[in-house]
Amino acid sequence: MSDVTLVSPGAVKEETPFRRFVSEFFASKIAVGGLLVFTIIALLAILAPWITPQNPSDLAQLDIMDGRLEPGAVGGGGMVHWLGTDDQGRDMLSGIIYGLRISLTVGVGSALIACLVGASLGLLAAYAGGKTDSLIMRVVDLQLSFPTILAALMILAFLGKGIMNVVIALVIVEWAYYARTVRGSALVERRREYIEAAQCLALPTSRILFRHLLPNCLPPLIVVGTIQIARAIALEATLSFLGLGVPITEPSLGLLIANGYEYMLSGKYWISFYPGIALLVTIVSINLMGDHLRDVLNPRLKK
Amino acid sequence: MTVYLLRRISQSFLVLIAMSIIVFVGVYAVGDPVEILISPDADQMERERAIQALGLDLPLWEQYAVFVWRALQGDLGRSFVYNEPALQLILQKMPATLELAFGSMFISILIGLPLGMYAGLKPDSAGSKLIMAGSILGFSLPTFWVGLMLIMVFAVQLGWLPSTGRGDTAYFLGLQWSFLTTNGLSHLLMPAVNLALFKISLVIRLTRSGVRETMLMDYVKFARAKGLSPSRVTFVHVFKNILIPVVTVVGLELGSTIAFSVVTESVFAWPGMGKLIIDSINVLDRPVIVAYLLIIVVMFITINLIVDLLYSALDPRVRLEGKA
Repeated sequence: MSDVTLVSPGAVKEETPFRRFVSEFFASKIAVGGLLVFTIIALLAILAPWITPQNPSDLAQLDIMDGRLEPGAVGGGGMVHWLGTDDQGRDMLSGIIYGLRISLTVGVGSALIACLVGASLGLLAAYAGGKTDSLIMRVVDLQLSFPTILAALMILAFLGKGIMNVVIALVIVEWAYYARTVRGSALVERRREYIEAAQCLALPTSRILFRHLLPNCLPPLIVVGTIQIARAIALEATLSFLGLGVPITEPSLGLLIANGYEYMLSGKYWISFYPGIALLVTIVSINLMGDHLRDVLNPRLKK
Repeated sequence: MTVYLLRRISQSFLVLIAMSIIVFVGVYAVGDPVEILISPDADQMERERAIQALGLDLPLWEQYAVFVWRALQGDLGRSFVYNEPALQLILQKMPATLELAFGSMFISILIGLPLGMYAGLKPDSAGSKLIMAGSILGFSLPTFWVGLMLIMVFAVQLGWLPSTGRGDTAYFLGLQWSFLTTNGLSHLLMPAVNLALFKISLVIRLTRSGVRETMLMDYVKFARAKGLSPSRVTFVHVFKNILIPVVTVVGLELGSTIAFSVVTESVFAWPGMGKLIIDSINVLDRPVIVAYLLIIVVMFITINLIVDLLYSALDPRVRLEGKA
């Protein structure tokens, strides 16, 4: 009993791959900064209804007389609009926080679904091999040979506007990246002894795929996933800016920027400027995390 | 090689057929063109005549067969909106898009190459770190928003450059070009820079890693040992050798540059194919959407085919892969 207390709690902890990963991730100030900024942005988006001064979709709270006020101006109701108002008299700060909510939901949601679809197909391709493999990879190659923006444009030209349609389009253009990544690492892993052992135990294929193979293919998947979230958010914003993305009733950051387009030529910059800054900060914070994750999780860069 | 060539070309044809079906069925599934094109006041007779004239009464597969037959003769239908042949409409807009794409590729090399060389030659200097941080920003910045900010600063606040449009054009080879007039050039500059942003970052990174690798090569060491001046080593021996991969990659990016010009053209109201397709999607001008998508698909299949053939010509492992 007494010699146990002599050992400090830190030394008792065994070094697991996960703990090593966490400590390496937190070693980079830039990556931690990115995580911190992204956490704040995510919290703002989640807490939007409780922290914004105004609900931009509640018409009763809007006054058209407050339209296009400059940043810092005081509105008719005595409210200070720190980032100004848009043409409908909506408080830009509130609009941006609500817009973040939609942008993040669409971006993260589509990235997760694409990851699920892509990782499953990638695992299947690597594990089954033969015809299944070449069929799946042909489709992946075809998908990756077209620029994402064009593929997404094409799908939305068919489906029309709407949040669900944007998510569908993003999933269709993104799953191939995950499939290729997972297949690459799964091809190496499936020749290892533990997979052979699992096969000898006659475990069901789905169990071998998801409980044995997948966890060992996670590191590159995490890197691709992080960067793809940023790409999904940017792509959604672009599509919404072009008027093919989210509907007017659910304005994401891209649509807010598009709304300010016509007023910018008369010098009313804030309607487009601040949503863009929010978008930029979100994307950069995710990219900084992704960049560092790639260094941490890439065994080739280990010294 | 001939076997590989034939297999690769037949593969491209299969993809083309598959894509044409997807495009046709996909566009057909969008809304009902009858509702959009024929005025609600039209009586039954007029409606039916219009439906027949547009071929909308036939079953879907028959419409597809007619469509393919006509497409092979270069007829991709008439625009509902402009009442002009869709193919002609798009081809008319193509020079503007190509001009923008080539302009931006030129700018990306003009800016990216020197910056990348500097960052590669002096990797630890503060300037290089700034350049590399800037290139991360170039990858992260949303293109359309940067475009808006360019307009705001250079057109609205400073008033140096025109905000939208193509400006004066001059005829060359029977087509109109903006870069031949000063006014047109001033219109071209901002959109081209905007479209080039992503590519500048790419060129910087490629050049930098190329320079760093080349500097360690034996022939560079030899050139130095021979007593050549550092500037001659850099600009003749190193520069020539990194130019090939950089130009190759930038050339391969032509397709994606044309694809992304959709965004830039919409921001700067540049009258090219990209703006046309966005406008057409918004008014559901089916023939134009179908024609645009098919032209783009053909373009990409051709680019990919050329790239694959070039690679296989350069690297024998690629052609042997399929035989194993």
